[in-house]
Amino acid sequence: MWSKLKKDSLDALFLLPSILGVSVFVLIPFIDVIRRSFTNAIGGQFLGIKNYQIVLQNEAFLIAAKNTFRFICVCIPLLLTISLILALLLQNMKKGKELLKSAYLLPMAVPIASVVFVWKILFHKNGLVNGMFHIEDLNWMGTDYAFYVLVGSYIWKNLGYHVVLWMAGLSGISRSLYEAAGVDGAGTLRKFIYITLPGLRGTCFTVVILAFLNSFKVFREAYLVAGDYPHQSMYLLQHVFNNWFRELSLDKLSAGAVLTSIFLLIFIILLKKVWGMEGEG
Amino acid sequence: MRKKKWNINDILLYLLLLLFAAILCSPVYLLISGSFMAQDELSIYLRPAITEGDTYVRFSLLPVLFTLRGYVELLLDTPEFFHMFWNSIKLVTLILLGQLCIAVPAAWGFARMKLKGKDMLFFLYIILMLMPFQVTMLSNYLTLNKLGMLDTHQAIIWPAVFSTFPVFLLHRFFADIPNSILEAARIDGAGRMHLFIKIGCPLASPGIMAAMVLGYLEYWNLVEQPLIFLKDKTLWPLTLYLPQIGLENAQIAFVSSVIVLLPSALVFFAGQDHLEQGIAASAVKE
Repeated sequence: MWSKLKKDSLDALFLLPSILGVSVFVLIPFIDVIRRSFTNAIGGQFLGIKNYQIVLQNEAFLIAAKNTFRFICVCIPLLLTISLILALLLQNMKKGKELLKSAYLLPMAVPIASVVFVWKILFHKNGLVNGMFHIEDLNWMGTDYAFYVLVGSYIWKNLGYHVVLWMAGLSGISRSLYEAAGVDGAGTLRKFIYITLPGLRGTCFTVVILAFLNSFKVFREAYLVAGDYPHQSMYLLQHVFNNWFRELSLDKLSAGAVLTSIFLLIFIILLKKVWGMEGEG
Repeated sequence: MRKKKWNINDILLYLLLLLFAAILCSPVYLLISGSFMAQDELSIYLRPAITEGDTYVRFSLLPVLFTLRGYVELLLDTPEFFHMFWNSIKLVTLILLGQLCIAVPAAWGFARMKLKGKDMLFFLYIILMLMPFQVTMLSNYLTLNKLGMLDTHQAIIWPAVFSTFPVFLLHRFFADIPNSILEAARIDGAGRMHLFIKIGCPLASPGIMAAMVLGYLEYWNLVEQPLIFLKDKTLWPLTLYLPQIGLENAQIAFVSSVIVLLPSALVFFAGQDHLEQGIAASAVKE
């Protein structure tokens, strides 16, 4: 009994520094934010769900939530599909795979500040893209196209990473399965549906989680290109939170933060239900 | 293994993929090529974007006149650039060192220890990892304020050190080590520290390298945290310096873009194999 306890506590020492730090810098403060979301920013009286009602009727929040949701719904499936197609093509390639993989990964290494500078040259009303394709009077960053510039920028940056992820998943599928199916007369499409897709199930959880994680990071580009108030189509939740923070609307910010985390939680639990937890040690 | 010859379809496909790769890499080429151009040349190309005229921005694949003037000017005349460059290096180095000390043992703990509530806790880590910075920004700010860390580099470093992403990434590597290896070492009398440092870490080293490369790319690009936590602009990292340069000073902007890119490219190409292995291993379920 005692030796078991001693063993456990020594084992726990590996985790302790991390848990302590995470608690101090994230967890406990976040619990404090939950508490604040029910109180008044000045004075701190208990308000019940009033902050939530205010936030849910706030136009900026609703637009941003819609945009963020739309962004995630557009860019994640797009990224996953394109990267899977590329991974399949690369997988069957005999030579020159490495060169292509490096080239696809390179955008990941381009610092955001440099990306933003190039974007300004490419997507200005009189910019390089309009000039090259003879498009007149299209101000990319000032119209609904801003949203697609953002989607493009996300895919550009994360494509290589996901190609590598998928390729790892593909290499885990046994060749003999394909050969056996080939003997049975299965075509490419049938092989893909009955062997490849089920074989990638285990990879999916990580791939989606990482795609999701990186989808929040486009805010940096959006912010550096267009500042606090970009075109409405790329006004994201992060913009709202940033602006509330600057205006010291801490009650709204807290309620908004809690709402966002609830959505996140639901999303992850769903994901876990669909693909199962990958991390069982 | 049967060896097949390249047929025409393969070649066409390869060329297509190569073209796509070239498009993806073209912004990098644009930056590098532009950094060797003279300010006059750049002004001519970029004028439409500055003066709002009727013409369009053009660009040349190679500089008409190859010059290193931009580099010389940046290296000699802009002390604030170096100051911020140094800030970035300092922040990244300290954060990564911190993550090595904190996240690696934690990942080991999650992967190899049998402790109650561990899985629940790991799930919590994943959720915390996915929270956008803005969700925890307020709580972070209040904590840092209480700890007196605001307006110092510590405000950036400490929260980043305790990021749960490297724990998530490394967990897979430690979990994949076959039990038999550890069991054998245990029978030989190896203690838990010995198992971790002498067996776990070397076997997971591609993962650790990958976590470091990814961490580097993340923290070389800090935007939100310094904006909120550092009022004193002399503390800012490089990411926030570049966007302040307008297109009028194109040469400086190009050159500094390339110089910011350089360390990233170095780290990236030096660590690419590890990075690939690391990314790959994080995806595969045994």
